Amino acid sequence: MFHRLLSVVRRQRNSRGWQKWSSVRSGAFVAEAHSVALPAEAHVVICGGGIMGTSVAYHLSKMGWKDIVLLEQGRLAAGSTRFCAGILSTARHLTIEQKMADYSNKLYHQLEQETGIQTGYIRTGSIFLAQTQDRLISLKRVNSRLNVIGIPSEIISPKKVAELHPLLNVHDLVGAMHVPEDAVVSSADVALALASAASQNGVQIYDRTSILHVMVRKGQVTGVETDKGQIQCQYFVNCAGQWAYELGLSNEEPVSIPLHACEHFYLLTRPLETPLQSNAPTIVDADGRIYIRNWQGGILSGGFEKNPKPIFTEGKNQLEIQNLQEDWDHFEPLLSSLLRRMPELEALEIVKLVNCPETFTPDMRCIMGESPSVQGYFVLAGMNSAGLSFGGGAGKYLAEWMVHGYPSENIWELDLKRFGALQSSRTFLRHRVMEVMPLLYDLKVPRWDFQTGRQLRTSPLYDRLDAQGARWMEKHGFERPKYFVPPDKDLLALEQSKTFYKPDWFEIVESEVKCCKEAVCVIDMSSFTKFEITSTGDQALEVLQYLFSNDLDVPVGHIVHTGMLNQGGGYENDCSIARLSKRSFFMISPTDQQVHCWAWLKKYMPEDSNLILEDVTWKYTALNLIGPRAVDVLSELSYAPMTPDHFPSLFCKEMSVGYANGIRVMSMTHTGEPGFMLYIPIEYALHVYNEVMGVGQKYGIRNAGYYALRSLRIEKFFAFWGQDLNTLTTPLECGRESRVKLDKGMDFIGRDALLQQKQNGVYKRLTMFILDDHDTDLDLWPWWGEPIYRNGQYVGKTTSSAYGYTLERHVCLGFVHNFSEDTGEEQVVTADFINRGEYEIDIAGHRFQAKAKLYPVPSLFTHKRRKDDVELSDLQGK
Amino acid sequence: MCVCPGPRRIGIPVRSSSLPLFSDAMPAPTQLFFPLIRNCELSRIYGTACYCHHKHLCCSPPYIPQSHLRYTPHPAYATFYRPKDSWWQYTQGRRYASTPQKFYLTPPQVNSILKANEYSFKVPEFDGKNVSSVLGFDSNQLPANAPIEDRRSAATCLQTRGMLLGVFDGHAGCACSQAVSERLFYYIAVSLLPHETLLEIENAVESGRALLPILQWHKHPNDYFSKEASKLYFNSLRTYWQELIDLNTGESTDIDVKEALINAFKRLDNDISLEAQVGDPNSFLNYLVLRVAFSGATACVAHVDGVDLHVANTGDSRAMLGVQEEDGSWSAVTLSNDHNAQNEREVERLKLEHPKNEAKSVVKQDRLLGLLMPFRAFGDVKFKWSIDLQKRVIESGPDQLNDNEYTKFIPPNYYTPPYLTAEPEVTYHRLRPQDKFLVLATDGLWETMHRQDVVRIVGEHLTGMHHQQPIAVGGYKVTLGQMHGLLTERRAKMSSVFEDQNAATHLIRHAVGNNEFGAVDHERLSKMLSLPEELARMYRDDITIIVVQFNSHVVGACQNQE
Repeated sequence: MFHRLLSVVRRQRNSRGWQKWSSVRSGAFVAEAHSVALPAEAHVVICGGGIMGTSVAYHLSKMGWKDIVLLEQGRLAAGSTRFCAGILSTARHLTIEQKMADYSNKLYHQLEQETGIQTGYIRTGSIFLAQTQDRLISLKRVNSRLNVIGIPSEIISPKKVAELHPLLNVHDLVGAMHVPEDAVVSSADVALALASAASQNGVQIYDRTSILHVMVRKGQVTGVETDKGQIQCQYFVNCAGQWAYELGLSNEEPVSIPLHACEHFYLLTRPLETPLQSNAPTIVDADGRIYIRNWQGGILSGGFEKNPKPIFTEGKNQLEIQNLQEDWDHFEPLLSSLLRRMPELEALEIVKLVNCPETFTPDMRCIMGESPSVQGYFVLAGMNSAGLSFGGGAGKYLAEWMVHGYPSENIWELDLKRFGALQSSRTFLRHRVMEVMPLLYDLKVPRWDFQTGRQLRTSPLYDRLDAQGARWMEKHGFERPKYFVPPDKDLLALEQSKTFYKPDWFEIVESEVKCCKEAVCVIDMSSFTKFEITSTGDQALEVLQYLFSNDLDVPVGHIVHTGMLNQGGGYENDCSIARLSKRSFFMISPTDQQVHCWAWLKKYMPEDSNLILEDVTWKYTALNLIGPRAVDVLSELSYAPMTPDHFPSLFCKEMSVGYANGIRVMSMTHTGEPGFMLYIPIEYALHVYNEVMGVGQKYGIRNAGYYALRSLRIEKFFAFWGQDLNTLTTPLECGRESRVKLDKGMDFIGRDALLQQKQNGVYKRLTMFILDDHDTDLDLWPWWGEPIYRNGQYVGKTTSSAYGYTLERHVCLGFVHNFSEDTGEEQVVTADFINRGEYEIDIAGHRFQAKAKLYPVPSLFTHKRRKDDVELSDLQGK
Repeated sequence: MCVCPGPRRIGIPVRSSSLPLFSDAMPAPTQLFFPLIRNCELSRIYGTACYCHHKHLCCSPPYIPQSHLRYTPHPAYATFYRPKDSWWQYTQGRRYASTPQKFYLTPPQVNSILKANEYSFKVPEFDGKNVSSVLGFDSNQLPANAPIEDRRSAATCLQTRGMLLGVFDGHAGCACSQAVSERLFYYIAVSLLPHETLLEIENAVESGRALLPILQWHKHPNDYFSKEASKLYFNSLRTYWQELIDLNTGESTDIDVKEALINAFKRLDNDISLEAQVGDPNSFLNYLVLRVAFSGATACVAHVDGVDLHVANTGDSRAMLGVQEEDGSWSAVTLSNDHNAQNEREVERLKLEHPKNEAKSVVKQDRLLGLLMPFRAFGDVKFKWSIDLQKRVIESGPDQLNDNEYTKFIPPNYYTPPYLTAEPEVTYHRLRPQDKFLVLATDGLWETMHRQDVVRIVGEHLTGMHHQQPIAVGGYKVTLGQMHGLLTERRAKMSSVFEDQNAATHLIRHAVGNNEFGAVDHERLSKMLSLPEELARMYRDDITIIVVQFNSHVVGACQNQE
């Protein structure tokens, strides 16, 4: 009987129970205020009336901007925002995400007071359950980081969990994390409140208005074309949620916003016999892939299943939208998981299963910032189902970005420019989000590589290296070797290799590092972004002198390590520039700078047809020959003397290697070790590689990967942009005074800020930490983001870490601040301050003693001196 | 080439054996089975487990061609392998360990047999958009004969649009079905080519330039093409297109698919016959063309191009369309007519084509001339050539042919040849969004399963659970516990579906393993698959299946455009 009933009944949309919850009051103040025609002009047009659009409008208007128009194709807060489960959780893996969520929490908390609109905000707290020790480690790491930014949280025992939530089955738990200030809130009402406040500040809101495309002239937003006419504007903000990708593509010059929707299900029930308290904490059982919150005395529970259903791949499809049905069979594993966690729910009656598509991005982080190709085109979308948690903070940062030109925090991890055109394929997105969605609740372990959407950009040597046992990681779509598994060795399968402890490749990388130190290794580093800047006159030099902090007016053939700074003196890019001729320069930047650096250069380069900027990344294969024997290999292959007398450090020369001519050889290795970078036109790549490997045999040459490189460079205190350096760190803060020429005879971007900093002193300092009482075999390994304590006081976080095979210790890099004990204000950090402290690094709640160093350990160099080989290492730039 | 009564296609009693099998009690005396043991391959016994009935029956899975390495009976053979087989205790449980009664293939072993020939092809998607009305196809075959006499082919037409898929059921050997599977699609593709393309290809051959590719094959590694005959086949094909070029009057540019299919079938059969008459100086080839001509094959071929589906059928294989009704249920639409005694129109046709006095002999015991089950087929020149021609060819042919009883045998009542044709019956169907898939299968499948069951099983498999009546709660009182129970039940029901990625494999599993309740019975499946070669043919025929899945979105879009 029961079965038959279920199968014949069709779901009815907007059943009464549903409406009760999500008050459909949208447009109440919207429609009456603005049923008139659209304005012809505005300063800013925001597309999307969900929580993101309203939050941006709210913050922009708060910051004093006028003439803001918000357009929504349907009704306000009617998309994913309306169907959102309403959980605000601050326990995020990235610090920037924690900060956004924390700000959102505070904002929503006072929103009702500010606007008079009920948001249903209840501070319930949330509990993150751990069924395994690994999960507990992961929670402990989050816990350490939450505490240092002032969000209370604690690790609790299963017994305590049972006390906090009586319905939970805790028998299979090993622990949990309790975040007491997390909340639940009605996201639709939050969006309406934000819209209402924005509207009071003068923002004009129009619903039922679709944007057809954004008008662009000369790479600058000029207006939008809607179904109700045009609006001229200087700024456009794309907050179109799951339609942001399509909207971006609708431009004449498309803006690629890589995101894709998946169906997402959650369950609503009727109240329990004794209705659940409204402040019952939210439960996240990541091992069971579910979340549970109270909902009108019953529960709301959804999750992130292993087999997600991507949707809308071909764009907005009415058929698919209508067919968004409850799929109980798909929900079955989550339901089983729920009943295992709360067995007493068996008798609870179902209200409905909600299907609300959520948007996911290729790397599980949201997308914000300005388009690299269209100025004034801003984006805030792709929330990976945390839109409510991020809404307030993300809106604030984006508003700051628009108003001030930069946000108050480093948001590179979320910047739209981290993606290239390669992530805009629908097939790629569809496949990648199917991996990303389950990953939300998977264990996040160090050194995780995505498995889908791979082998997109490869070096011409890919097959050769792969056949020799290369294991690959991906950066910006480019495959890079991690390490080379010897033929006689087997590594663990992917799932089993997940660990917070010593990984199974430890010995492999050790032998590669050893070979780099004692003989010579080849690393394929073709992924690095490579630009060429040439001009007919001195324009190239002039513009580079203005854009870079170091003096680039060096003799031809010299290489300069320099930073591309912003007005605040922070690193927009950290690169090496070789002067190829009087009028042309070769610029090498990190792999993921391809889009960002290009956009930055384009933005500041004058319109001059005689000044040419070219992306030559694809034209060159880069081989890094690291080690004392590199010099022998190269001189044998080129019949040219390569000793420091003939080929000093940081020097660049075009020469022949093997039969191939025109190879750019540079005496640097990005690691502080002696050796050369070979920039090889790709058609010669295989030849040069074969020659190098052939000749190198007698010098003990072998392949090495990025893990060895990483260990080498961190041991030598080489900071990398994107990991250690970002837009908020200046050269002075990381001991790179030598790379800044304040008196090079002309102004450069960031000079004023640096001058001031030089006078006032720095407020943070990049420091190298060597872990003392850390057992590599038995203790948890550091990763990044671990809190640093000085004399018991929190002073900063690590930015990267690696095992130093020479030091036989773990090395972490990180910034040390000097927070005033009374006010928490940042104070000047001196070398003395650094040197006089006792340091500890907190890895998942366990503090390890560490020695702080401001300069690389000299013993590493003396170790090298014993070799009677060339000593390029001394001549490497610091 | 072996022929025997029962379900066999040609009923010439050469040798006969009928052994009882398949009763759990197995009353037959053990001596009866001893000859079988000789057929066991030693390595087989070690490697894959075999079906063993009582202690003395042990047989190798029939899909392996007989090896020269035979197992010699040994009194202690039973104890020889038992201790080593760890799966034994696992599947049978401890209580049987001391008194082994039966050996069954374990589920993984069953799967490896079922999946040995499976093949899947997905039409590649381009940037998320699939423009083909075909999503892809699954195919598989399970041998009963050794070697298998069924063949299958699938290819995409490169110079015209559309995809060709076909199953071919050989009899009296596999030579003819093999040749047809290699050649027929080329004949069809050539028949479909416009005049200019034919000219271009011919010019390219003439001037030694590279040829335009015509077909993109989608083959399982076991689907081989004969290298030796390739040149011969090419020459015949070239003669065909040269004639097409010459015949072209230049007036009509529209090529009728139906006509093209019929022409291609008839032409190929004609070429097979001619090649055998002419012979070949190379003795291997000479024997080959004769074997092709003297064996036979039926063919069921589908041509899908957008919403246009043509099925050309010769013989008793069948094409079945799976249609999903609005309520989600499945119904079967037959797109071909069997050419056998069960088809009254065929019987009528035969009787009309021959003098009245042959009316009784032309179809006897439901067979053509009392011998052949299909009433249309490729090859089988015994039913096509005059007696003179047959005798002449056999006498001048190689010795192997002369030694063969079957080829020398002239059918009784053979007065007015030809009795057999390869001309297909072509059915046209315009695809609709509710047409979800097409099943092409040889009679091995249709003998064991009703078409309605075939379509239901494939339909449920392809759509997974989604269309197994979605559950909705809407307004009714359902508790989480009840829902959970229901879902677990549904999942258990579907779990067998997910064992097979391939719809054709899934269908074979049902065809071979279904019990009287229509559910797969593992014990039965295991027994059927472990039958020795000699017996397998008694219980089932070769089964070959292709399941073509249509893209409803594209079909719907095509419909709307027009």
